[in-house]
Amino acid sequence: MILQQLADGLVLGSIIALGAIGLTLTYAILRFANFAHGEFVTFGAYLALLALGQFQVLSTTTFGPLSFGWPLLASLAAAILATAGLALLLDRLLFARLGRAGVAIAVVMGSFGAALALRNLLFFAFGGEPQYYSRAIQIALPLLPRSVLGGVRATPDQLAVLGVTALLVIAMHLFLSRATLGRAMRAVAHNPQLATVTGIDVAAVVRWTWIIGAGLAAVAGVFAGLTVQIRPTMGLDLLLPLFAAVILGGIGSPFGAVLGGLIVGIAESLAVPLVGAEYRAAVAFLLLILILLVRPTGLFGERG
Amino acid sequence: MSLLQVDRLVAGYEPGLPIVRGASIRVAPGEIVAVLGPNGAGKSTLIKAIAGLVLVESGEVRFGGQDLRQLPAHRLVRAGLAFVPQTENVFANLTIQENLELAGFFLGRRRCQERVRAMFELFPDLARQRALPAGRLSGGQRQMLAVARALLVEPGMIMLDEPSAGLSPRLVAEVFAKLAEVRAEGTTILMVEQNVKAALALADRAYVLAEGREHLSGSAAELASHGDLASLFLGGANR
Ligand SMILES: Nc1ncnc2c1ncn2[C@@H]1O[C@H](COP(=O)(O)OP(=O)(O)O)[C@@H](O)[C@H]1O
Ligand SMILES: [Mg+2]
Repeated sequence: MILQQLADGLVLGSIIALGAIGLTLTYAILRFANFAHGEFVTFGAYLALLALGQFQVLSTTTFGPLSFGWPLLASLAAAILATAGLALLLDRLLFARLGRAGVAIAVVMGSFGAALALRNLLFFAFGGEPQYYSRAIQIALPLLPRSVLGGVRATPDQLAVLGVTALLVIAMHLFLSRATLGRAMRAVAHNPQLATVTGIDVAAVVRWTWIIGAGLAAVAGVFAGLTVQIRPTMGLDLLLPLFAAVILGGIGSPFGAVLGGLIVGIAESLAVPLVGAEYRAAVAFLLLILILLVRPTGLFGERG
Repeated sequence: MSLLQVDRLVAGYEPGLPIVRGASIRVAPGEIVAVLGPNGAGKSTLIKAIAGLVLVESGEVRFGGQDLRQLPAHRLVRAGLAFVPQTENVFANLTIQENLELAGFFLGRRRCQERVRAMFELFPDLARQRALPAGRLSGGQRQMLAVARALLVEPGMIMLDEPSAGLSPRLVAEVFAKLAEVRAEGTTILMVEQNVKAALALADRAYVLAEGREHLSGSAAELASHGDLASLFLGGANR
């Protein structure tokens, strides 16, 4: 049992991690807690669903044992672009304007309002019923026999989610440590004025932060839709785990966010047999309080 | 012909509350010019206004004939005007090497690497610690890194805000010796200083700022022997 719980937690954790990277980057660079980040996850999932309706005609074959093929990949790409566009639009219309007023809480409340509006828009457009990218039933493959601590089974889709997340995390690490834009993002997070003096166009870096953060959120949304289901509240349900992951890892640390995401995901999953599925969401909340009490700067935090 | 020309500059942090109130200064190519003045005189605000980092209400700032008020702040360094702020002047979360490579990002990869090597030759202490996060450097080494970051792009002019702040006399001498070297290579320098003695020993000319405008100006030698200077600093900004 325990191994299965760990494996399920790992899948959930990678989805949280992908969302948390974007949240921690926007937190560090734009300096506000974006409560609409969960809605980027939901929008990503639904935009991919919409796109899938168009791309489905392209091909009906799937990649080997996976439940999807080229059409879903094309839809994922479209969802990434459209979600990035949505984030840029929100920044233009809302966050940048509120930010200029110089009242930090106004931006946070603005994001709260935007989240509500976006969520209700999705309810209105798609209804509250869960939806799926594929109706095909996937067989979970036995990875370890039952004799080993209850064994582990996972669907090919879950394994794909784990693999792609690992690749994205490595790519993000290389990007932030090697690429000029990645370094510029770290520079702006540390000191925007010094970044300007260094010749960095801070406004451009902010735009790229939205694009990357929202793009990763869209991937998280599609992965959640693929391994669980697509619902208008999926992003809301992820919001607390996302913040817990970001704070656990240390605000502004993408590496910390990934680790935090995995810890929160596994903790939630392990808690299910102990407290029942209804209370799993409370686990993220308890973790969050615990971190804030014990180590407010998180595991890798630089600032308090 | 001046390289930098500031005329009747009015600038501050909030509209209608100017800190710099009509300051005019000139810097000729190859000169070292110091801006002196008591704490709170508006020296940092003046230099930040030139760099486009605070609100400029009126006046002119021209650099090599270009109107700097029309240029976004992040384009200044590409136009040949580098700035070393008073505090927080390195990226503490980046390594020394990353700090330098980032400074030269717009030079192109090969040129940037060449310049990073040149800076490591000029500042051997930094070369030895290149993989260390800049936040772990001592005050003097941080200042050296900040200067190296500015020099890396081979600017026509470099502005420094209190390069001696918080440094021991030995380190001040070391930083100022580097600045003399830098000028010998043809870089024009404008520096804000509270350390009057060290600044006047290095500078060709100086301005004394009080209440947001220049109160005295002249050659470094003239000012060094000026009686008013001591009273200005000892007695605060009030005349
Ligand atoms: N960020 C800021 N916001 C508002 N006022 C400021 C800021 N920085 C400095 N000031 C004010 O501007 C005045 C001049 O400061 P500054 O230019 O730093 O002086 P100096 O560098 O000569 O010591 C001071 O009265 C200070 O209180
Ligand atoms: Mg100052």
